[in-house]
Amino acid sequence: MSRVQPSIEELERRKVVGINEWTVTDVTSTDFPGHYPGEDHAWDIEKIRDALHIEFHQNDPLLASFSLIGTDASIANAFRRIMIADIPTLAVETVFINNNTSVIQDEVLSHRLGLIPFKGGREGLDKFLKWWKKPEDDEDPSYFDYNTVKLSLNVECTHNEDAAPGETDPTKLYHHAHVYARDIVYEPIGRQSQYFSGENAIAPTNPDILIAKLRPGQVIDLTMHMHKGVGSDHAKFSPVATASYRLMPTINVLHPILGADAEKFAKCFPQGVIGLEKVTKKEAAQKGSGYEGHEGELKAVVKDPMRDTVSRECLRHEEFKGKVKLGRERDHFIYQIESTGQWDSDAIFLESVAHLKEKARRLEQQVVNMVR
Amino acid sequence: MSREQYTIPTGSQQTFGAGGSSGREYAADSVGTVMYYTCGDCAVRVPLEKGAPIRCQKCGARVLYKERTKRCVAAHPMVQFEAR
Repeated sequence: MSRVQPSIEELERRKVVGINEWTVTDVTSTDFPGHYPGEDHAWDIEKIRDALHIEFHQNDPLLASFSLIGTDASIANAFRRIMIADIPTLAVETVFINNNTSVIQDEVLSHRLGLIPFKGGREGLDKFLKWWKKPEDDEDPSYFDYNTVKLSLNVECTHNEDAAPGETDPTKLYHHAHVYARDIVYEPIGRQSQYFSGENAIAPTNPDILIAKLRPGQVIDLTMHMHKGVGSDHAKFSPVATASYRLMPTINVLHPILGADAEKFAKCFPQGVIGLEKVTKKEAAQKGSGYEGHEGELKAVVKDPMRDTVSRECLRHEEFKGKVKLGRERDHFIYQIESTGQWDSDAIFLESVAHLKEKARRLEQQVVNMVR
Repeated sequence: MSREQYTIPTGSQQTFGAGGSSGREYAADSVGTVMYYTCGDCAVRVPLEKGAPIRCQKCGARVLYKERTKRCVAAHPMVQFEAR
């Protein structure tokens, strides 16, 4: 059976999601078997391996931005969802309140404490710490050094005797008027001191998070238990602040945009997307290019479509009608991963890949069991 | 143990603690010694002996509050919350 091989231009055309003034076209991918008669779109590991590549734009401990090019939205979205909901982190789960005379209620205080992100030694978090199982009603809870991390917060607000007379700033007038995340003390238990000591100690990523405000005589005295959990259970366990992707925008200038129009066109986009260049002698000499007789004038050129927000502003103006075509590349995902600090942002993505692999392996086993 | 199931322990509960004695010991400790209260007006800790007039030594307010109890049995802390 002979196979039809589509041209490269045709393949490129199929990849683009059309963006018009009021509508969006071709949103679904069509590169699956049976959609185009005679064409072979069977799943093939070699094809996928050749098509896939990754380009990093930014890679900081707390923020990674990269392009994942050549996969389907289902795969890209799976990574995103795994990053948000399936990668384990350590967070405060139980709060034992001995005393709380602050204005903030015990329940609200506990909730606030739960949302504080913590960091700690990677080896201890990955290898040493195990899951903690919430005890059933008749069970005794099991707290061990490998599943529970103990923290304490013990602050009392007192008058500052050294404060200048007439002082009105509460932070100068009183000691501990503000309770910050840095006031939380980590208490290592058992073998935890091997993994979480020195710079590997468990501590809040952002020491300046305000937990409560106190006035003289008010006390907060509590201990906390941290456990490993996943974001699907509660958002406090999610390792990312945001993990999202967008499709790469495309801007095609079909007919030359020149002079004052070009400047207006550049203003329709965020800075840096459209550049202004002078029409060269060679271009002006070319017949049918639209540049004839415009040598030395400014023309609009697409510099960096990745920075575009796809606001479609340029489509609203009469003078650009038919001169520009906007779109997005369906298989070019620009990820933005912001870590809360427990993981490195790029490690979160790698972990999501490992998670998807593991899920696929488990599914394979289930399928094998099913056909047996 | 979930928050809903938790019952506030009282001294009269015989099942509380080993042999139910912890509640009574606490009561025995405090007899004849100074008890601390919190002033309702200026939030200062006011030590009061048995029979002393109920009055804040600092500001003279007559409303004093009992302090939150520190009594608890290991493994069953006083108040437990889920950080959710």
